Amino acid sequence: MQIESQGVLANQLVTLFLQFLAAESVLFREEERRPYECDGLSVYRQLPLLVVLPETVEQVQQVLRICSEHKVPVVARGAGTGLSGGALPLADGVLLSLAKFNQILDIDLQNRCARVQPGVRNLAISEAVAVHNLYYAPDPSSQIACSIGGNVAENAGGVHCLKYGLTVHNILKLEIVTMEGERLTIGSDALDTPGFDLLALFTGSEGMLGVIVEVTVKLLPKPEAVQVLLAAFDDVVKASDAVGKIIAAGIIPAGLEMMDNPAICAAEAFAQAGYPEDAVAILLCELDGGQQEVVVQVEQVKTILQDCGATDVRVAASVAEREKFWKGRKAAFPAIGRISPDYYCMDGTIPRHQLAKVLAGIAALSEEYSLPVANVFHAGDGNLHPLILFDASRPGELERTEEMGGRILDLCVAVGGTITGEHGVGIEKIDQMCHQFSSAELQQMHALKAAFDPEGLLNPGKAVPTLHRCAEFGAMHVHKGALPFPELERF
Amino acid sequence: MAKDVSNDLAAQVQQAFAEKQALCIAGSGSKLPLGRAVSAQPLDVTAHQGIVEYMPTELVITARAGTSLQALESVLAESGQMLPFEPPHLGEGATLGGTIACGLSGPRRPYAGAARDFTLGARIINGRGEVLSFGGQVMKNVAGYDASRLMVGAQGTLGVLLEISLKVLPRPACEHTLVVDMDAATAIATMTRLANVALPLTAACHLPATSQQAGQLCLRLSGAKEAVMAAVAFIQEQIQKLLQKEQQTLSVTEKKNHDEQASMFWQDLRERRLPFFSDADTLWRLSLPPATPVLTEILPGECLLDWGGAQRWLKTEASADTVQAAAQKMGGHAAQLNQEGTVLAPLDSVLKKIHQQVKTAFDPRGILNPGRLYEEL
Repeated sequence: MQIESQGVLANQLVTLFLQFLAAESVLFREEERRPYECDGLSVYRQLPLLVVLPETVEQVQQVLRICSEHKVPVVARGAGTGLSGGALPLADGVLLSLAKFNQILDIDLQNRCARVQPGVRNLAISEAVAVHNLYYAPDPSSQIACSIGGNVAENAGGVHCLKYGLTVHNILKLEIVTMEGERLTIGSDALDTPGFDLLALFTGSEGMLGVIVEVTVKLLPKPEAVQVLLAAFDDVVKASDAVGKIIAAGIIPAGLEMMDNPAICAAEAFAQAGYPEDAVAILLCELDGGQQEVVVQVEQVKTILQDCGATDVRVAASVAEREKFWKGRKAAFPAIGRISPDYYCMDGTIPRHQLAKVLAGIAALSEEYSLPVANVFHAGDGNLHPLILFDASRPGELERTEEMGGRILDLCVAVGGTITGEHGVGIEKIDQMCHQFSSAELQQMHALKAAFDPEGLLNPGKAVPTLHRCAEFGAMHVHKGALPFPELERF
Repeated sequence: MAKDVSNDLAAQVQQAFAEKQALCIAGSGSKLPLGRAVSAQPLDVTAHQGIVEYMPTELVITARAGTSLQALESVLAESGQMLPFEPPHLGEGATLGGTIACGLSGPRRPYAGAARDFTLGARIINGRGEVLSFGGQVMKNVAGYDASRLMVGAQGTLGVLLEISLKVLPRPACEHTLVVDMDAATAIATMTRLANVALPLTAACHLPATSQQAGQLCLRLSGAKEAVMAAVAFIQEQIQKLLQKEQQTLSVTEKKNHDEQASMFWQDLRERRLPFFSDADTLWRLSLPPATPVLTEILPGECLLDWGGAQRWLKTEASADTVQAAAQKMGGHAAQLNQEGTVLAPLDSVLKKIHQQVKTAFDPRGILNPGRLYEEL
């Protein structure tokens, strides 16, 4: 009965959409819709009612007006590389793909910014301005494929956040279409705007408040010099102390990454980066700035690492070696994928001084559940990615993995951290939101959503759980799992 | 540490909510001229003070809103750290809450970021009197909407700030100031050129010519000694080339590491205490794309450039409508500061509606600082 009425609705919408969209931009056959059934978190799958691919802002407005009028929910989608199921379609909803918005509209060298459409790939921006010695700073691991609209929706990070910030720090202006089909400009070409900071609110709002149809990003001049150090430790606490001491010395590294022994061994076997496989932990420290400045800071950092008990400190002797050091780190996820049938990636952030406690907690959970864990850590900003190794073909193992993952996130919250540093809540971590926020806080978030989308038609069911859902949390089990796009770097 | 009075404050807001009594959130009063006057029952938040948590190696400080900004900065300085957005105090009693509520940032803003960029989390009381926390004490956090940054610059119209967590950074080891005589157009060209190179610039302003003094470009470089020294040499060379082309003579004054006179100058610029600010009945603040050409051709008057050209202080005879329209056309906006307070650029109809709905979401009965930002909020 429901399927029948959905068929009627789909037909009705198709007729309406075809009045202003080309036939190839309205996908309604099952085989056409199939590629859109999931994003980067492929264990969650759902065929959308319809897929539309508009190519002008006016068309986006018309699509949203029609959906608004018919009370049809809409899920916006960029490149579909998200890791939390934020772009998971709805059976009774329209999937709005922004793939055709793939143009860089303007590069303003005088004011160091670029106006781009949301479907432009993150890396394509840096590539387009490289000739002018400029780049776009946030570099999420999927930057070769992920698009800027999705980066804004998730407030994407990367390995250089400590020094250069997240997406929210690197954009100036957004063009938005509201669920009612109205156009809205937030931010400006200047550094601030009067009124509320809606630019900050929209960044990381996971497609719940409006559809992004244009982004103005800031561009930065490339640093003159870059150098990378690799240090090995026989104790995680010593490595963690070294991170604190580098920062206490007044040095803000461009990147500061930590890996534990299981991650080191997996990465070394996969990428032959020259990592010491007997180390309990390694630190990778990237320094950038002026030529002389980097030379001096490398010496300072080297001394600190040695004083903190590093068993080995290496400075990349060439650009090739620098890239090799990074290669191991960037290959950590696929490397784990090679040694384990499945793995589950967590994304908590913790105050850095709690690292030893959290790692001990994770080790205890690993033992309790008999599931091995490898840890990679954006040590500079406290963003921890424990990778739980499991085999989904063994009955019950996926469920145990999920349960253990949830307990790791609870641990992150308990020490003053958060359930997600950069991957977003999406559908994946929606139940953990009930642990991090009180009912009043969640209600406030729902009220905020209603200020933009009173009917609750934009990406419903994601990011912020209903209080009802929180009440039931604990009895539910949903699937979480391995990553598609194995060719993409994940770090 | 002083007593936590969150619950007392929340109880007062709950009562005001029940009675539909408008409240005017009151700190030291140093930021009163930055908004519109609010006539309502005062809610004094100054008793809610103290640093809640500070671990220098975490680069995060959490403090109550009533904490004195001066005291907070002293605590950071003891550990060799600072608030990177260099907030203007605009009065000795300035509190952290007022600074964040007004979203104020100083000369370092274009290079380091603004108050909102360093805000990691906030504990607030909404218009129903509920105590809520958003964000946190960690640098990467995408759980839920970023309601904490939304508080920055909202001037208390969305919530009463209780506690704020901020990212902090090490103080630079070395700081030099360069002062070069040049006109505004050359200064804009110079600042634009320098901004396209990775340099440790932390402030760039241009002072208009006076009867005694030619116009001056002032640049501040901060960081590791090697970086600053290399940048000073590079900049001098660049400016010399530029001035030769324009057939102007080079006159450079260099203020060495942490020179007292130089740091006083940057403080005076930040606090709007330079002579330029003293004789203005009406002062305009224009926020513009940094490379925007000299304004005085369109808007006759005197103009001081800060933020590498992105923030311009203007004294002009031009009408308010003319200034607003010009600022908008140039991709920015203008605010008028006069004896009665500050008039912000008007919002367009769609934005106005969204602002009203956001306000209602946090403060359904409109009791928190009503009319402070805009009459209708």
